[in-house]
Amino acid sequence: MQFDIGIWIGALLTLGIISFLYKDNIIYKISEAIFVGVSAGFWFIALFWDNLYRVFWIGVFPAANTNAKPQYILFGGVILGMLMLSRLLGNKVGWISRWPLAFIVGATAGLKLITYLASNALSQINATVGNFVGAVNQPTFAGLVAASTIAIGTFCGLVYFFFSKEHRGWFGGLATIGTWFLMVTFGASFGYTVMSRMSLLLGRIDFLLSDWLHLIK
Amino acid sequence: MKKIIPIIVLLILFVIALFNKSQLEMSAGVSILVTILLGIAMIVVLILTISGRSIERRIVFLFIGVSLILPFFMNFTLPLQVSPEVRTLYDALAKLPKGSKVLASYDYDPPSAPELQPMGDAFMKWAFRHDIKVIIIGLWPQGPLQANLSVNAALADPEIAKHPPKYGVDYVNLGYQSGNEFVIQGMGTSIRSKFPSDLYNTPYDSIPLLRGVENFSNIDFVFNLSAGYPGTVEWVQIAVDRFGVPVGAGNTAVQAPQVYPYVESGQLTGLLGGMSGGAEFEKITKEPGQANTFLLSQSFAHVVVIGFILIGNVALFMGKTKRRPPIG
Repeated sequence: MQFDIGIWIGALLTLGIISFLYKDNIIYKISEAIFVGVSAGFWFIALFWDNLYRVFWIGVFPAANTNAKPQYILFGGVILGMLMLSRLLGNKVGWISRWPLAFIVGATAGLKLITYLASNALSQINATVGNFVGAVNQPTFAGLVAASTIAIGTFCGLVYFFFSKEHRGWFGGLATIGTWFLMVTFGASFGYTVMSRMSLLLGRIDFLLSDWLHLIK
Repeated sequence: MKKIIPIIVLLILFVIALFNKSQLEMSAGVSILVTILLGIAMIVVLILTISGRSIERRIVFLFIGVSLILPFFMNFTLPLQVSPEVRTLYDALAKLPKGSKVLASYDYDPPSAPELQPMGDAFMKWAFRHDIKVIIIGLWPQGPLQANLSVNAALADPEIAKHPPKYGVDYVNLGYQSGNEFVIQGMGTSIRSKFPSDLYNTPYDSIPLLRGVENFSNIDFVFNLSAGYPGTVEWVQIAVDRFGVPVGAGNTAVQAPQVYPYVESGQLTGLLGGMSGGAEFEKITKEPGQANTFLLSQSFAHVVVIGFILIGNVALFMGKTKRRPPIG
């Protein structure tokens, strides 16, 4: 007789979650509650030890046998974090949380501005136009079609999102072409999402059939 | 009666789980027969839909479940073509001379393991076989532990086990560091500042593999497995565009569409997209694994999904036909 308590708990909870496909039931509710509770507990512990202890405590009070100097600036992060929690104390004091929030939004915007401008805007424009110019200079039929499709689709998609001019006439026509490109993109993205969800279910089925039931290797 | 059936099914499963020791496998003939029966069942659903009978969603769930489970017992694999993105990644790895240092960033957790673990396993086996040094890190807490599963899978290979790689010399696991993309930014200046010790608290300077490894300029390639944030997007934005280190990635299928533009622009050196990408990578590296096994089930399920989408469209266009009570 083969009995591994961990595998059995995993298998029974997996079946409990899947039972929702038939109808909502108490077993599903218990399995879901266990999942939510364990996830919350895991992340609480992980974030506490990985951030508050490893980064803050070790940073401010480094071990004696290391050459690291105390980084008192970390107190700033802790103070800002605690000020964020003032939101829980009601409206009279809650306004304080806007200051650390402003710091986070401002700092993130500043850090991400150049990163996104360089990586997501300029590099992409360079690639879109560059591929098209390259295909025109050294034409193969497939290369020309591919580069043209990308260039036209990108341009028309951007036209669709330009709402300062009414989508009528030739402008509306370009926006309609952009809409079709967007729909194809969303369809492809949906298809990939379906594939991803199937993959996750396959992982669970593999666990049930191999680790629990030993029906496959 | 309806309440007893699930209990009976569960009892049968418990008995199998407790006492079964033999594997189940269908012969080629039975596999083809089962596939034909599944196709006939889909046609029956289509006929019923045309005649005005709608199908309850639990029947659809049953079809998906059967199409996913049955291929596990079939003994054939589908022919597979390696896509250009996967080939680009493999070619970049194959060009690395022996002794090159590859930074493997495992940025995912167990929920994404069915898609990404086969990629990690194939990479680790290939790296150990070709004397590529691997420095493992994680931007997700469970990532380094998933990496250890890849290492164990590679060490279990009989050929690799004859000359096993040595920890600290051929590979090292530096563990997880919080900070998301700021960890990548910090590593561009000093990897030691972000990972002062490895997963087992061995100081950075005591690890032979890390001698002379200060920052990205001492890394030959970055292999990233990503399920979200932080992940491939951050590696491209910071490691590639700011520090110029080549990065190749494996992504979940959900994330792959948003990362494809980086492949087209050349910012990303190859991409393994979802389970099919993993299966192609296993094929091109000649490291057969789970992705190829799962791909048959996934293909069956996709055909069933497409079939039901078509059936759904038939039902939509016949919307004014008189409806009879649903089946199921």
